[in-house]
Amino acid sequence: MAMTKLTIEDLKRIKEEVRSTTVLREGGFRAKVNIHMGTCGIAAGARKLMSVVLKEIEEKKINGVMVTTSGCAGLCSREPMATVEILGQSPVKYCDLNEEKMKEIFVHHVLNGEVVEAYALARGSETTY
Amino acid sequence: MKTYRTHLMVCAGTGCVSCGSLDVKERLESELNHRGLSDEVKVVITGCNGFCAEGPIMVVYPEGIFYKKLTPEDIPFLVEEHFLKGRPVEKFLYSGPAIKEKVPLLKDIPFFQHQVLRALRNRGLIDAENIDEYISRDGYAALSKVLSSMTPEEVTQEVKISGLRGRGGAGFPTGLKWEEGRRYNAFPKYVICNGDEGDPGAFMDRSVLEADPHSVLEGMTICGYALDAHQGHIYVRAEYPLAIHRLNLAIEQARNYGLLGKEILGSGFDFDISIYPGAGAFVCGESTALMYSLEGKRGMPRIKPPRSTEAGLWGQPTVLNNVETLANVPPILLKGGQWFASLGTEGSKGTKVFALTGTVNNVGLIEVPMGTTLRTIVYDIGGGIPAKREFKAVQIGGPSGACLPTSLLDIEVDFDSLDEAGAMMGSGGLVVMNDSTCMVDTARFFTDFSVDESCGKCVPCRIGMKVMLNILNRIAAGHGEMEDMECLERLGHHIKESSHCGLGKTAPNPVLSTLRYFRKEYEVHIQEKRCPALVCVDLIQFRVNPEKCKMCGLCKKACPAEAITWEKKTPAAIDPEKCIRCRSCIQACNFWAIE
Repeated sequence: MAMTKLTIEDLKRIKEEVRSTTVLREGGFRAKVNIHMGTCGIAAGARKLMSVVLKEIEEKKINGVMVTTSGCAGLCSREPMATVEILGQSPVKYCDLNEEKMKEIFVHHVLNGEVVEAYALARGSETTY
Repeated sequence: MKTYRTHLMVCAGTGCVSCGSLDVKERLESELNHRGLSDEVKVVITGCNGFCAEGPIMVVYPEGIFYKKLTPEDIPFLVEEHFLKGRPVEKFLYSGPAIKEKVPLLKDIPFFQHQVLRALRNRGLIDAENIDEYISRDGYAALSKVLSSMTPEEVTQEVKISGLRGRGGAGFPTGLKWEEGRRYNAFPKYVICNGDEGDPGAFMDRSVLEADPHSVLEGMTICGYALDAHQGHIYVRAEYPLAIHRLNLAIEQARNYGLLGKEILGSGFDFDISIYPGAGAFVCGESTALMYSLEGKRGMPRIKPPRSTEAGLWGQPTVLNNVETLANVPPILLKGGQWFASLGTEGSKGTKVFALTGTVNNVGLIEVPMGTTLRTIVYDIGGGIPAKREFKAVQIGGPSGACLPTSLLDIEVDFDSLDEAGAMMGSGGLVVMNDSTCMVDTARFFTDFSVDESCGKCVPCRIGMKVMLNILNRIAAGHGEMEDMECLERLGHHIKESSHCGLGKTAPNPVLSTLRYFRKEYEVHIQEKRCPALVCVDLIQFRVNPEKCKMCGLCKKACPAEAITWEKKTPAAIDPEKCIRCRSCIQACNFWAIE
């Protein structure tokens, strides 16, 4: 490791940078994005949705959004699917997604709290931990 | 910084490592790679999670799911189910002794619910070998505040307000010690961290050093600033290789960041720390003996005064604090002494870490507010006594401590209440004992330990303890007399009063406390020549009581000497000629049928 003597400002900067990647260990989420990762979901391209979401979080340094996976929700023909839940509101399931739609949902629903009705399938979700 | 959706916190404390957690980690990484999840799921090695009984442990964030007793063979299934398909795997979830349903989340497990983490605030949440993760949890923020905005007097004052008392055993007020150390104008001054944890069954300091080494370094540096000292030493047991490894790493990282060395954080304050591995003598946990050992001399206590704060290491003013004490320092400076003092009892503020061991379901490392009752610790956190046995005593404070009986289960544990009960906080070893423990034998065990570890400098400890041990041996062999109890008490009090150092002054505690709370048991040993717990071999007849025998044959299977005859539907019998008195049959019998 090279010698990099820190100043107090450096210390604060490191804290903020690292914290944005470790904050998910502390709980306190305001939103949850659940990508459906059953065999059907994966075959239909769910992995790409996951990459889009993680990239958005990374680029915009977003805290407080939990990303999880779940198995097949039973509606294999409409995969890939994702469920977005803002804390205190009922979850919304989206279907027939692709990368662009997922990005749109992330910006509008996850960040701004507006449900993207054009892609929404229903309110409600299966139970996950 | 890369973003991952899931962090897998694999415990790599000594307990979990010895159960194979590093193999689990390796398998996890290869399996995640195989599944193409390496960019989404991160594996992090943490210090001791605390729930050692259930190791190897892994906690999955963001959900906070607690997996226990994992093996490398379990990993492919777990990765596919949970990390690919998002279905937590039930069979690796926790279920407690009193709870049948699985408890998926760490925060819902009773073992964790009653704990308040201060010294262990980063437990299981950071990679112990990564300084950035420590910084992300407010690490070095206290040091930064101290160096930029507080005078040394203000620092000391804040520690005084907090009411923090030394966690090494005696409970001396930390702020007062710092103030004394500041007062003497002789330079250089030294800061010492006492990591010579020697009590049987205690592993608090080891866990702090392994899980969060930077918290100790930060505490020491703050102490250095308060004293105007520029050099610190960590005296740590050579038997703690992982702790030493992580400390070395932490010191190197801190130096690279300029958080140790010259001009820390551009403030003009210099401080550096070195590590001294101790060879493992119990007496070197005593502060003056430790300092002699550090100087390369024989580890022996000396008479005080002068106190170490006046003339300690190399005859210079020295402040010595225990590992846990120092780990408590940064949050006190960051959040204020009042914050710290808001928890605890009248005379003991904050929390205390205990190593909970013995015959209790949830063996592990716990941190509870001062004033928590023994009952909460043993039953709510510890999950009670396994195998349908009864609680008998809890040994607290190691060889300087005492055995407290059922009637004291509701005692609110703090420095003063324990002192009153004839016990001692000690460093925080807490050994739970069930009804198959003999109190005479327990007293003998600790006395034997103290005899072995006595440095020999003063007569009361060197000879007095040996005489006590001889008497205990005689009682256990069936040759005790009623006067022996009084003799033990008299001798014990003399040793307490006339010994040189803290270790001698407390060494009779195990005997005195068992005499105080379990006198009946001594009497039975002496008068009836019987050991009710069936531990003292010379007092056991090794005879099967046909009335109690359920004719199950377990004793026959356990006997290594083939001394037991048994057939279905007949009570077993022991052949005294063949019996080697090994107690295997007693441990095997579920019905106390062997006398």
